[in-house]
Amino acid sequence: MTAQVETQTPNIPNFGEALKTKTPNQEAFERLARNKASVFGLVVIILFMLMAIFARVLAPHDPLEITSGQKFLPPAWVAQTAGGKASNPDYLLGTDTLGRDALSRVLFGARVSMVVGFIPTFIIVLIGTVVGMMAGYLGGTWDNLLMRLTDVIYAFPDLLFFIIIMVSLRDSWIGQFMNGLFLLFASLAIVNWVGIARLVRGQVLSLKQKEFIEAARAIGVKTPRIMTHHLLPNTLGVIIVYVAFRIPGLIITEAILGYLGLGLRPPADSSATFITSWGGLLLEGQSAINAQPWLLLAPAICIALVVLAFTFLGDGLRDALDPRMRGSQ
Amino acid sequence: MITYIIRRLLWLIPVILVVGAVTFILMHNTPGGPWDTDAERRQVDESTRKSLEAFYGLDKPLWRQFVAYMIGDFNNKGKFICGLPCGNFGPSYRQRGVPVQSILFRPPDGDDGNPKPWYYSRFGYSLRLGLMALVIAIVVGIPVGTIAALKQNTWVDYLSLLVATAGISVPNFVIAIFLIIIFASGLKWVSVVPRTWDTLSVWVLPATVLGFGTLAFTARLMRTSMLEVLRMDYIRTARAKGLAERVVVVIHMIKNALIPVITILGPALAGLVTGSFIIETMFAFPGMGRAYVQAISQRDYSLIMGTTLIYAVLVAVANLSVDFIYVLIDPRIRLEE
Repeated sequence: MTAQVETQTPNIPNFGEALKTKTPNQEAFERLARNKASVFGLVVIILFMLMAIFARVLAPHDPLEITSGQKFLPPAWVAQTAGGKASNPDYLLGTDTLGRDALSRVLFGARVSMVVGFIPTFIIVLIGTVVGMMAGYLGGTWDNLLMRLTDVIYAFPDLLFFIIIMVSLRDSWIGQFMNGLFLLFASLAIVNWVGIARLVRGQVLSLKQKEFIEAARAIGVKTPRIMTHHLLPNTLGVIIVYVAFRIPGLIITEAILGYLGLGLRPPADSSATFITSWGGLLLEGQSAINAQPWLLLAPAICIALVVLAFTFLGDGLRDALDPRMRGSQ
Repeated sequence: MITYIIRRLLWLIPVILVVGAVTFILMHNTPGGPWDTDAERRQVDESTRKSLEAFYGLDKPLWRQFVAYMIGDFNNKGKFICGLPCGNFGPSYRQRGVPVQSILFRPPDGDDGNPKPWYYSRFGYSLRLGLMALVIAIVVGIPVGTIAALKQNTWVDYLSLLVATAGISVPNFVIAIFLIIIFASGLKWVSVVPRTWDTLSVWVLPATVLGFGTLAFTARLMRTSMLEVLRMDYIRTARAKGLAERVVVVIHMIKNALIPVITILGPALAGLVTGSFIIETMFAFPGMGRAYVQAISQRDYSLIMGTTLIYAVLVAVANLSVDFIYVLIDPRIRLEE
């Protein structure tokens, strides 16, 4: 027996316009815009994204082009190295051990970091939100399953998991696919979705008790609609803040794996989209750290800047979306 | 309490089994075997490879190899060879004739032919580096956090908050690169790869880099915790009864504010010991982390698996210790059964 319940929008007089109130979203946006550090972070992120998109246009040289006789060139601010190499204004950041332009390689490295920051995040949010909401709202078996699964995944130190996945599957077909990026995305997603799932679950558990959910249930709103129209909008803020703090973690993981030689497989063809990553550049520069420290400097500064930018943005978003959290850890 | 501890300790067993199983399955699906195509080494011919595989038990079915590793197995002569429970991590595939536990835990021989003390082993080196990093983090982090809280909203506070935020978010290998470029390449105060690790001064740079994240986290946690304590009624009471400011700060504030900081120290040490492989590789430090990275590039399966398991256990034990420390120092928290 199912009772069809007519839901009607009651006729509420529009106080909003008379009082000129702002929606919570507008207020949050204004709070964010007032936060100087967050705006700085946002600008830096946008600049790096532009850098990644237009790397081919911005790069002064082919990032894979080996120029004989132009090896070990110092950057523009070093007039001459101990070995007697003079800097060349054509190569602003100098050249590496093979004579490839360091600046062009750093520009192309931004592509991998940006992609690693955003694509796995998208998958993580999608899976994590759906599972977390089901576990939190439906409870029972779903919930138990999720909690046991997260226990196991949390027990595995995540960096070790990535390393082992990359080591063992790198040479298989799945590791070759998209120059190894597919495997990287997949392993990042496997580990990281549980964080969001647990977060959403906790949020839903507390929302479930609130009157407006009870009211929605009482007037006969179906479960899927409660999830998408009542629970999701109220967990969105927490998810956004979590994502802003999670993205730099993904970028760092990629850099570590690249530094261990387990990241992107360098393509032989310079028309490829992903040429090198900042972690890979650090690995290349590491062997010449005493003679050519500038090879490490540029990628290291880039990683530090991106990570800080996301942290500042995340701090601002947390303060803006949840004023009660202001100033806390 | 005791049943709780036992139950939590028993929970470690499935954790180790799962970590071991995942590592084992992945390792054995790799296309490259432990002794094939290596340009720098002599190629192993077919019959030698067969006899090596038979010697290491790699010709047996996968499940039996796993059981042999995790529990133990009977060898050809019917003698039981004990596995992981006896601390036997199996033989290294690359350093022939040397078991994994010897690589990680046995110190090298000294000049007089006798083995050096245990802390000269790879694990010992990593433990010492981790401890030193932890000491640096505490000795610097707690005062910085305290001062920042006492001088809230002054430039001291803002500066330490900025440095702490940077220290928490920027990964330690990036900080390492900056410090190496400044102190080793630029000022030439230290060399990146020292000739010997027997002098204390060469430890300062890697330990500082390794501990920087923990330092920043400690400072921020201490600041937050202090700010909370500052507003407590008992602080007002202490001042009201005319105690010297120094006594109020040290006895009433710092002592209470330290509680949350103490609870992070266990996992922090585990994080420092296990999270050091990049720093160890950068400084060519003779610790466990570098052995792990070398094992990865050499495909030394048993060494990778052994080190992964040790790391997993360390992390699990550290997480466990937090819960216990919480209960021990804060009577308000009750364990949920």
